[in-house]
Amino acid sequence: MKLEVSLKKQLGRFSFAADFTAEGRRIGVFGPSGSGKTTLMNLLSGLFRPDSGFIRLDGETLFDASRKVHLRPEQRHVGVVFQSSNLFPHMSVRRNLFYGHRRVAGSRPRIKADDLIDVLNLAPLLDRGVGSLSGGEAKRVALGRTILGNPRLILMDEPLNGLDDGLKYQIIPYLKNVFKEFAIPFLFISHSLNEMQMMAEQVLEFENGRFRSQTAVDELALRCMGSSPAGFMNLLELEEPRSRGELTVYRWGGQELVLLNGVDPAPGMFELSSKDITLFKRHPEASSARNLLHCRVRKLVEVGSRVGVELDCMGQSLVGQVVGEAVEELGLAPGTEVMAAIKASAFRRLY
Amino acid sequence: MLDFSPADWQAMKLSAWVACAATLLSLPFGIGVAYLLAFCRFRAKALVDGLINLPLVLPPVVVGYLLLLALGGNSWLGQLLGRFGIRIIFTWKAAVIASMVVGFPLLVRSIRIGLEGIDKQLLHAARTLGAGWHDTLLTVTLPLAGRSILAGMSLMFARSLGEFGATIVIAGNIPGVTQTIPLAIYSYSSTPGGDGMALGLCLVSVLLALVVLIFNESMVRRLNREERR
Repeated sequence: MKLEVSLKKQLGRFSFAADFTAEGRRIGVFGPSGSGKTTLMNLLSGLFRPDSGFIRLDGETLFDASRKVHLRPEQRHVGVVFQSSNLFPHMSVRRNLFYGHRRVAGSRPRIKADDLIDVLNLAPLLDRGVGSLSGGEAKRVALGRTILGNPRLILMDEPLNGLDDGLKYQIIPYLKNVFKEFAIPFLFISHSLNEMQMMAEQVLEFENGRFRSQTAVDELALRCMGSSPAGFMNLLELEEPRSRGELTVYRWGGQELVLLNGVDPAPGMFELSSKDITLFKRHPEASSARNLLHCRVRKLVEVGSRVGVELDCMGQSLVGQVVGEAVEELGLAPGTEVMAAIKASAFRRLY
Repeated sequence: MLDFSPADWQAMKLSAWVACAATLLSLPFGIGVAYLLAFCRFRAKALVDGLINLPLVLPPVVVGYLLLLALGGNSWLGQLLGRFGIRIIFTWKAAVIASMVVGFPLLVRSIRIGLEGIDKQLLHAARTLGAGWHDTLLTVTLPLAGRSILAGMSLMFARSLGEFGATIVIAGNIPGVTQTIPLAIYSYSSTPGGDGMALGLCLVSVLLALVVLIFNESMVRRLNREERR
């Protein structure tokens, strides 16, 4: 997917301007509230008309002020998952779900509804009314409804807003699966760095109605580390749990990690703060930390008073943080070998 | 039971017919104008709004007289219609037009409130799901405004049943031709010995109004049930 955008829009006293070219399947749009993320969504989907500029999606012009092209929303094949689920209250879940599906033009491919209903686990909801759905269920239906319209691009405007953490991490696997299965490119709009790290590869950053920068998500997260008291959040996908007394051993890429027993040991996504990684110059003979990993320093990034250390642990990437003094004592520089010690209790399961 | 004369039966039939015709004929215009006022921004909005609501605050007799001037044989519109052999003044058509003009603000007001209460995001969602403007109107906007459309129709129907001032000016009070229930009651009440018949027609009025209210209520309840399911 290639999205070329150059737009200006004045909305009362708020002015919006963006100029970027984004390529890829998983693109994030990041910025605080009021930074113009939702305006971008409205402009791309055709719900608002820009004052000037152009929008091109995979070479096709959706809007061009100078050539007087302005495709209507229903002609763009750009799906939207809104912040509130926006299900039609006068229709059942089934009719909501198929609203877009029935309107797919004959010349365009259709998505097999049964497959989607399986992936999103919607079968038990189909005959219910919209009013009886919980927040998470409504999000799933809204997501399914948008995907069944088989758009070329999906815009998700803070789709996880208003869900508590538990629900949020229940929805994310659905989101990931559905986009893996149906291979639809998306723009994921959010103010949460954590969601960005989980959903996006490339991130477009917005501030005060202006497009600021385009960065890889890890770079953005590193840059934000300075302002976050929690440090950099490493996301680790752990597999093949194996019980060992009160500990559980997971496979992480080519190595093993030891974690404290959770409620039920299952593969999943875990969070590890950069603060919980201690670096040693040589192998400490004995340590209370259960995980000792051989790593090579890839890069040092100075963020405020701290230094982010990007580590390469046998191909897997991990970010730790130290203070300037430690950099000197350990002689940290790109290419140095270090040992990273992580306590078994430092990991937090997300889903 | 009361012994209604053929002219009384005629008045009842005419009243029902005039109210039905006025309500149904006004409905598309009512929806159109309400849509315009609720969703579109244009400069003359306040003026349009004022003009439509004018019959609500003007004495019905004034409305009737203005209509008489506009549609009478001496006006250009009346002459134009006359050339096609259409006469409106002092026929049942005039009664329908009088009811339409007088009831229209009630219809528009009610539908407009319903339309304004619809979450715009739902309409946006329909558009991004591939529904065009008219498709969205038929499948989302109007169904969601269903209750207020019904309420507006009931109000207008009831107002038409009771329409007197404008009707007597423009349609006259011709028994069997343009005499509706209110006009018949008026005639009876000014005739010696007509009190009983006037009361009988009053009862019919009450009955008709109740039927309209109950019908409206049951339709609204049905819509609610469908939505909550």
